[in-house]
Amino acid sequence: MAERAVLGVHRGRQGGAGPGAHPSIGGRRRSLADRIGERGLYLLSLAAASLSVVIAGGLVAKVLAEAWPALSAFGLDFLTTSAWDPVHGRFGAAAFLFGTAVSSFGALLIATPLSILIALFLSELSPRRSRGPIAALIELLAGIPSVILGLWGILVLGPVMRDTIEPALHDTLGSIPVLGNLFGPDYSIVGMLPAIVILTIMTVPIVSSLMREIFATVPAATKEGALALGATRWEMIRTVVLPHARPGMVGAVILGLGRAVGEAIAVTQVIGGTEGIRANLFLPSDTLASRIAGQYQGATSDLQIASIAYLGAILLALALLSNGVARLWVRDAAGAAA
Amino acid sequence: MTIDRKELDAAGRVRHETPPGPRTEVPAVDRVGVEHGASGSRVHLEDVKAYYGTKRVLHGITLSLEPGVVTGIIGPSGCGKSTMVRCINRMHEEVPGGRCEGRILLDEIDLNGPEVDVVGVRRAVGMVFQKPNPFPTMSILGNVLAGLRFVGVPRERRIERAEAALTDAGLWDEVKDRLSDPGVSLSGGQQQRLCIARALAVEPDVLLMDEPCSALDPAATMRIEELITQLKRRVTIALVTHNMQQAARIADVTAFMLAGELIEVGSTDRMFTDPQDERTEQYVTGRFG
Ligand SMILES: Nc1ncnc2c1ncn2[C@@H]1O[C@H](COP(=O)(O)OP(=O)(O)O)[C@@H](O)[C@H]1O
Ligand SMILES: [Mg+2]
Repeated sequence: MAERAVLGVHRGRQGGAGPGAHPSIGGRRRSLADRIGERGLYLLSLAAASLSVVIAGGLVAKVLAEAWPALSAFGLDFLTTSAWDPVHGRFGAAAFLFGTAVSSFGALLIATPLSILIALFLSELSPRRSRGPIAALIELLAGIPSVILGLWGILVLGPVMRDTIEPALHDTLGSIPVLGNLFGPDYSIVGMLPAIVILTIMTVPIVSSLMREIFATVPAATKEGALALGATRWEMIRTVVLPHARPGMVGAVILGLGRAVGEAIAVTQVIGGTEGIRANLFLPSDTLASRIAGQYQGATSDLQIASIAYLGAILLALALLSNGVARLWVRDAAGAAA
Repeated sequence: MTIDRKELDAAGRVRHETPPGPRTEVPAVDRVGVEHGASGSRVHLEDVKAYYGTKRVLHGITLSLEPGVVTGIIGPSGCGKSTMVRCINRMHEEVPGGRCEGRILLDEIDLNGPEVDVVGVRRAVGMVFQKPNPFPTMSILGNVLAGLRFVGVPRERRIERAEAALTDAGLWDEVKDRLSDPGVSLSGGQQQRLCIARALAVEPDVLLMDEPCSALDPAATMRIEELITQLKRRVTIALVTHNMQQAARIADVTAFMLAGELIEVGSTDRMFTDPQDERTEQYVTGRFG
């Protein structure tokens, strides 16, 4: 009722402009060029959209076709076998699934809190003037080619890891029951930990800038409501900004996870590329993506190529899944907020 | 002369321990409608100038808000009403480039003094906004509890304080059976009363209301107006309104602003029947511009 009354007022006001005068509705015929242009634009965008669907479909079909020999030879046992033995023709993805899981979750474990802090700092806490430059600097990180990052990983990060960080971690955390097995006692230039660090560096810019966008969607009126009640800046963040942003933040982390799962080059450079499942984060390992990148060229048998394609199919499924979940999550969040 | 958290008791009320500062004479305001023994604080603005960046939007406002009185602030859109009330609880600082000069005293405390904590200012000077802004992720009760948490009311006392605040805002009977429903599930008028309850819960000395009814229908507006009239005994109220009938109905004192200046202030009756300034007369008779 209330809204109607308000509408009535508006209508009344518009009516004042002159009875019956609505030149914008139906009074004007659209030009021919206009109509052709709109039709053309529609067809063009339809074609572009269809093309991307066709390409994506073709890609999936191709990967599956390439993987077919391995799929039929190993079936789902492929997922639980950790062997990778070109000599005897025994292949399995378990070690790489493990490596992918550890490296991506490890990276996100560090990158998530870091990204939240960066995003909060940039959107709520830092002096307004400094926000642009700092944000630009962090986003610059995202532009570093992953090969360069990997090179830095080999030349700089690896030695520091082996000589300083890994011994220090071992000395402090190595004695914790169970968890201590992650930290040592063998030190190495290449290994899981450098890969986690590299993936962290690669995901932080993306996740933090996504989170910054999400924080920006918290209505100013809501934040002012908290501040006007005498909330400190931190209380405002905790009680209105974070709850409002939480669903979107989860989506951002899942997208970051997708990025970490799919990264191949830099990981290949620093992870060491060995088979087997080991708890020690200091030892070399391998991921789905880096195994594909590292071995496709040197594959010696058709079955090995097919097995690599099988790894690719798994990777593709993971990527599509994480992307889909993140999208659904963000959409639900947007729906709930509206 | 400081307000910091230590000087605020659990209610968020400012303790007045500081010696009175120099007090300048202000233009006499006809103190009509003053309830005897009204609580609430006196706010005194003295030559307040406000800026957004380099643009000055208030050109030296001197005005007092008296306890027990609803001070209506009227004037055409863009004349600086919101800016002025936001200066009083320092919400103008949330706008990039926003700053203010001059003195704003809450009783004897200079709110812009170097040692004053802005958080303390906002606890003492509450605000209700134009558009109801309940916290969207919180329940009805949660909205009221939030402020109590900020102020540091002990957990076991919060519920009773929240109930009292909802009662004072005239909302308790409507929401007592649905306290855990989202705050945003209420109607617009109820949401605004929820925001009033939220502000009252922390027991401010002053309540700034910036066009609190402009998004509401006539029935909801009337309820809020009744509420304001009841509340003025407890808390000093500044009511910004673009609606002159509203000022005439519930403001005891009315201040007329134009282009960043305070043109005239006086008892509402006099302002509407016998304005001293030609521009006030033009505005209140609707012959403006
Ligand atoms: N965030 C802002 N940045 C710059 N100028 C502003 C801002 N908010 C308000 N102003 C300007 O300050 C003046 C006073 O605005 P405001 O206090 O909102 O007036 P009112 O509440 O009376 O409509 C207007 O000229 C307006 O354009
Ligand atoms: Mg305004």
